[in-house]
Amino acid sequence: MADTLKLELVSPERLLLSEQVEMVLVPGAEGVFGVLPRHAPTLSTLRPGFVDVYAGNAVKERFFVTGGFAEVTPSTCTVLVDEAIPQASLTVAFAAERVARAKSQLEQATGGEERKRADAALAAAHVMTEAAAGLH
Amino acid sequence: MPSLKDLRVRISSVQSTKKITSAMKMVAASKLRRAQDAAEAARPYAERMERMLGNLAGGSAARSGAPAMLAGTGKDDAHLVVVLTANRGLCGGFNSNIIRASRVLIRELLAKGKTVKILCVGRKGLESLRRDYKDLIVNSFTDFGRKVVVFREANTVASMVTEMFTGGQFDVATMVYARFKSAMTQVVTRQQIIPFPVPAAAASSDATTVYDYEPSDQEILGELLPRNLAIQTFRAMLENAASEQGAKMTAMDSATRNAGDMINALTMKYNRSRQAMITKELIEIISGAEAI
Repeated sequence: MADTLKLELVSPERLLLSEQVEMVLVPGAEGVFGVLPRHAPTLSTLRPGFVDVYAGNAVKERFFVTGGFAEVTPSTCTVLVDEAIPQASLTVAFAAERVARAKSQLEQATGGEERKRADAALAAAHVMTEAAAGLH
Repeated sequence: MPSLKDLRVRISSVQSTKKITSAMKMVAASKLRRAQDAAEAARPYAERMERMLGNLAGGSAARSGAPAMLAGTGKDDAHLVVVLTANRGLCGGFNSNIIRASRVLIRELLAKGKTVKILCVGRKGLESLRRDYKDLIVNSFTDFGRKVVVFREANTVASMVTEMFTGGQFDVATMVYARFKSAMTQVVTRQQIIPFPVPAAAASSDATTVYDYEPSDQEILGELLPRNLAIQTFRAMLENAASEQGAKMTAMDSATRNAGDMINALTMKYNRSRQAMITKELIEIISGAEAI
């Protein structure tokens, strides 16, 4: 069996995934990067996109994440996400609803911080829409 | 001496109270379990976040130019007190304990001549603090945690705090809430959230690992800190929710027990007076018969 690393996918509400995997693709702020065992220690922020868990040469699981952080050490990869949506639940309708929600948030936003947050939510929702459209 | 009918009415009213309190106890027990599960499920994120932050801060705190959220503004004049309470009462001393601790803190700060601002999360805290510190309350949330605590709500609170901080409205923020220990005990805690105290153990233990930072450590720190604030708030809200249900369960349990005691006492009294009445009637009949 090939080398594995421990992947932990954690959202604020709960631990989503904790298992040994062969490779994982993480949507880093400066580009998607693959993590294999014995990767150099890295801390990175994430942008909206897919976290792909690989088994062998095939994608085993995909999660859409809206943003967060990844911490990589030679034997572990910890992904802290704001929100993770399994590929199965990512539909066009779901994404459209998110876009609508983010837009209304943006309208109601008063302060700078709130505005920034709503902007990010909207951007994530747009990426989500694209991703969902690409899937189905 | 109350009549037999009065007693009967009282017994039945205490009985229905008992039914209500015991039902509330059951509800609190099941909610407590859920709240506890949620609090436990949220722990991994908070722990890992703390570790990451410890890593970053270990390097960054030593250097100058660390973000103000970590290093502080260098002043100690204006304080923000975030008071987390429940929206509902009937949970024993839970709310009043938190409120009392907040009052103590506020008085301490005012005595030192600091400016104090209050942010209330939870209706009970707002209602109570509004009486004395109406002018100090800057904002409040009273519609949170209806069913379960969701992260988005904590995020709203945190972003408001962040915004006030970046707007220079305060220097130090402290959160007051009840830490869940067991269903019987909740520990009222004050936790400083801004500037964030770096966990000493995390900062030293992992300091040997050198990380690559993408984009840069300052940028990550800049994003991580507000996020961490949200997480700390979320954690406190979850702890608080579990504490509330625990306190409610205990309070309702003792209320049920008290109602049971009261029913026993009343039933005893009822039977005694019933017996006394029968005896009295018998004596009347007998003495009436003798008189003839």
